[in-house]
Amino acid sequence: MPAFPQKPEVPGLIKGLGVTARTAIRTLFPNRGIKSLIPAPSIGANTVQYPHTKEAPPVRARGVIALREDNCTACMLCVRSCPDWCIYIEGHKDLAPPRRAGGKPRSVNKLDRFDIDYALCMYCGICVEVCPFDALFWSPEFEYSEPHIADLLHDKYKLGEWMETVPEAPELEVGADKKGKK
Amino acid sequence: MTMIDERRQLSYIAAQAADARVNVELETEGMTLNIGPQHPATHGTLRIIARLDGEQVVWAEPSAGYMHRGYEKLTEVRTFPQVTALVNRIDWLGSFANEVPFILAAEQLMGIEAPPRAQHIRTILFELSRIANVSLFLGDLGVQLGAITPVFMAFRDREYVLNLIEAATGGRFHPNFDRIGGLKDDLPKGWLEDTKASMHKLRTFCDEIEDLLFGNEIFQSRTRGVGIIPKEVALQYGLSGANLRASGVDWDLRRDRSLPMAWDKVDWKVWTHPDGDCFARCWIRLQEVREATKIVDQLCDTVPSGAVMAKVPRIIKVPEGEAWVSTENPLGEMGYYVVSKGDTGPFRVKIRSASFNNISITPWLLKGVLVPDIITILASLYFILGDIDR
Amino acid sequence: MSAVFAADIPYWGQSLLRALGGAVAVLLPAGTIVYVFLFKLMSFMQSRLGPMEAGPYGSMQLFAEVGKWLQKEDLYPDRADRFLFKSAPLVVLLSTFMLVVAVPFGPDAIFTNFDNGVLYVLAVSSISVLGILMAGWASANKYSLLGGLRAAGQLIAYELPMVLAVVGVVIQAGTMNMQTIVVKQNAGSIFGWDGIGNPYILTQFVGFLVFMIAVQAELTQAPFDMPIAESELVAGYMTEYSGFRFLIFFIAEFATAGVFSLLASTMFLGGWGLPWSWFNWGSLDEVHNVMNVVGPLIMVTKMMLVAFIIMWARFSYPRFREDQLQKFAWKFLIPVALGNIAVTSILKVAF
Repeated sequence: MPAFPQKPEVPGLIKGLGVTARTAIRTLFPNRGIKSLIPAPSIGANTVQYPHTKEAPPVRARGVIALREDNCTACMLCVRSCPDWCIYIEGHKDLAPPRRAGGKPRSVNKLDRFDIDYALCMYCGICVEVCPFDALFWSPEFEYSEPHIADLLHDKYKLGEWMETVPEAPELEVGADKKGKK
Repeated sequence: MTMIDERRQLSYIAAQAADARVNVELETEGMTLNIGPQHPATHGTLRIIARLDGEQVVWAEPSAGYMHRGYEKLTEVRTFPQVTALVNRIDWLGSFANEVPFILAAEQLMGIEAPPRAQHIRTILFELSRIANVSLFLGDLGVQLGAITPVFMAFRDREYVLNLIEAATGGRFHPNFDRIGGLKDDLPKGWLEDTKASMHKLRTFCDEIEDLLFGNEIFQSRTRGVGIIPKEVALQYGLSGANLRASGVDWDLRRDRSLPMAWDKVDWKVWTHPDGDCFARCWIRLQEVREATKIVDQLCDTVPSGAVMAKVPRIIKVPEGEAWVSTENPLGEMGYYVVSKGDTGPFRVKIRSASFNNISITPWLLKGVLVPDIITILASLYFILGDIDR
Repeated sequence: MSAVFAADIPYWGQSLLRALGGAVAVLLPAGTIVYVFLFKLMSFMQSRLGPMEAGPYGSMQLFAEVGKWLQKEDLYPDRADRFLFKSAPLVVLLSTFMLVVAVPFGPDAIFTNFDNGVLYVLAVSSISVLGILMAGWASANKYSLLGGLRAAGQLIAYELPMVLAVVGVVIQAGTMNMQTIVVKQNAGSIFGWDGIGNPYILTQFVGFLVFMIAVQAELTQAPFDMPIAESELVAGYMTEYSGFRFLIFFIAEFATAGVFSLLASTMFLGGWGLPWSWFNWGSLDEVHNVMNVVGPLIMVTKMMLVAFIIMWARFSYPRFREDQLQKFAWKFLIPVALGNIAVTSILKVAF
């Protein structure tokens, strides 16, 4: 038989008042020592005043997808694996100069269009994972809301700009076996 | 273990019957009250049609489906990795827990098992999503009963858990971290220590909520003896999770079913309560958060080293067969019956979500209660609309 | 006020001053309570900051809110009883204004010196029930109706313990005049020691508790906020209100909280006065004229203290169920208040 909460010695009504009062005091006077007499709710509160102070999202946070255009071969793997089909790719075959002098010109896939519709995207990360050429990366950047829904369609230039915000992959926890990819 | 305070239950029913007789004599006219689909108490779009006599419910029925998203159909036209991304939208507060049974079912079909490190981390994340889910319940419970402070405390301290989930998986709400054969990635450095520190905060939160809400005489008078579900009825209606354990049934899939997870490697306790009333259900959940913090604490100490991903082909094709796996999710038993025809996607998936079965008891339970008790009972049954409608 | 300005202010000027004073006495406490407690204290109790953008530390937030509400369309439901629907908030606010009339703020700073001030206050405070019932009925909304009926039942149930709690004070003071009650408290002595006068909270502590609980219920604050229980009845009788009519309800709610705090501090905490033994004042006429300025400040301080208790409980407690509330009133509060009266009268005769 588990021990059920017995009737507490202090009435619960007073305990409840105590909890709220403690929280208020902790929020108002978070400092220790002599400074503890000065109210500093901005430090004590668990919230931040968003546009003025920002919390840095974790490195792995899935904020926005960045595109390294050079790596993309328009293989369409990401388009096919997207659960809600929010990636649009168009490409054409192009001839690149040969690697060695005198060789045959190589045929490469050139990217014409790479759009991600963030109004549809559900941030599952499958496209980043399936990309075999390391062309897609997650960036923790999150401030790209738009007044018009059509503006949430990011083209390849805009996606390329996000590359600057892509962080290094974090170190892995003790006991991890392989190096992290992204 | 006595199952239920029978005398109290009988006197409650007798009082309801006496009231009903008086009402028949006085020939009062009933009123139909539509609670929902848009109503602050239903946290979502559950509609409850209640026939009232004064403030007493004569007849009530939940009407689900306002947020039906057709997941079972969607899974038929998606590949297995895509389905993982979809199903964690079912119970959106404990997302990671939704992925696990599906992945386990697929792994069972493919005949592979995740490496022990992946199993451990899976269990940690599973319990973290349980904490994220149930701690919000503890706060929401206060709002449903008229106390405004607990919900902010819940949001404040749930944030620690969400930050952990985000740091590990990249998604706060929808991790999509589980893969067939293991996990997408290993944990970032220092994560286990952060987790243990946060678990301490969560336990403080539980104590605070206990002082603020559970010890409160008003709360107890609102919840004790209200909405009593006897053991037999709970079993008949197919309740699961905390709702079932609050009725005195010692049933927890984490312990009772042998799954390739790490619950059997740690020391924890399944709480039951003999009363079966609203207070019992809420109290069981409070204890579950505490147990979950204990589980996470112990697992963090014993994470084995190694890979987090078994050898799986790049393009996953699940061999023909059928598999049923269910786990003890924050809301109750959540299971997937996966039928595969050897394709990249499942042929058919039946999703058994806990909330749908849990609210199916409401017509029985709401008969004869008062309007404020509807809210208490719904809050204590604890459903998530996404989990009901799928 | 009349004595201060009687010499050089014409009659209409005095009336204007009184009207202004009334508005200030109602709106200033309401605004202060909303900002200090509802916006700030509640936020601190919940580990957050509350409004911070409008003005320094969000102090102008209330004006922003008022501006927002005033811009909104004055909607009323199609099938509402339009006249009742529109006048209900005014009735509620009216009762607040009528309440503040009898509260003494200083030796002369009193709007009207009723002989039966206590009786008047308790009678007038029930007018707001009418307004709430009107709002609930006229909204043509089931939630509003339930809320209105709950409010009516609740306010009637709690009117009685409130009256009974005050009866103890009236017995001890031997008068129903609010000004005289203040005088008696400050001029009085406890067992011959007059260091702090005799605030009735010491002798009437049970009465004070009952009064505060009844006030909490009268104000429909948690744990007695069933009439507007937002998780059950959406917003109760206020469900259909928008724009400035909602604003009036909102102001009335907190203005009434302020006025009831004023009443509690008048009747239990010694009102505007300081212990007269400090200054060797003998009677009301000897009180220094400065008290007409200091008195209101003391009153506001005490009001904030009492309002703090009201709000603290509001932010901490879940709400009762309607039938539990009635049981609590009839089976607990009223017997306790009656017992308090009995003990008070016995002691009054004995001493």
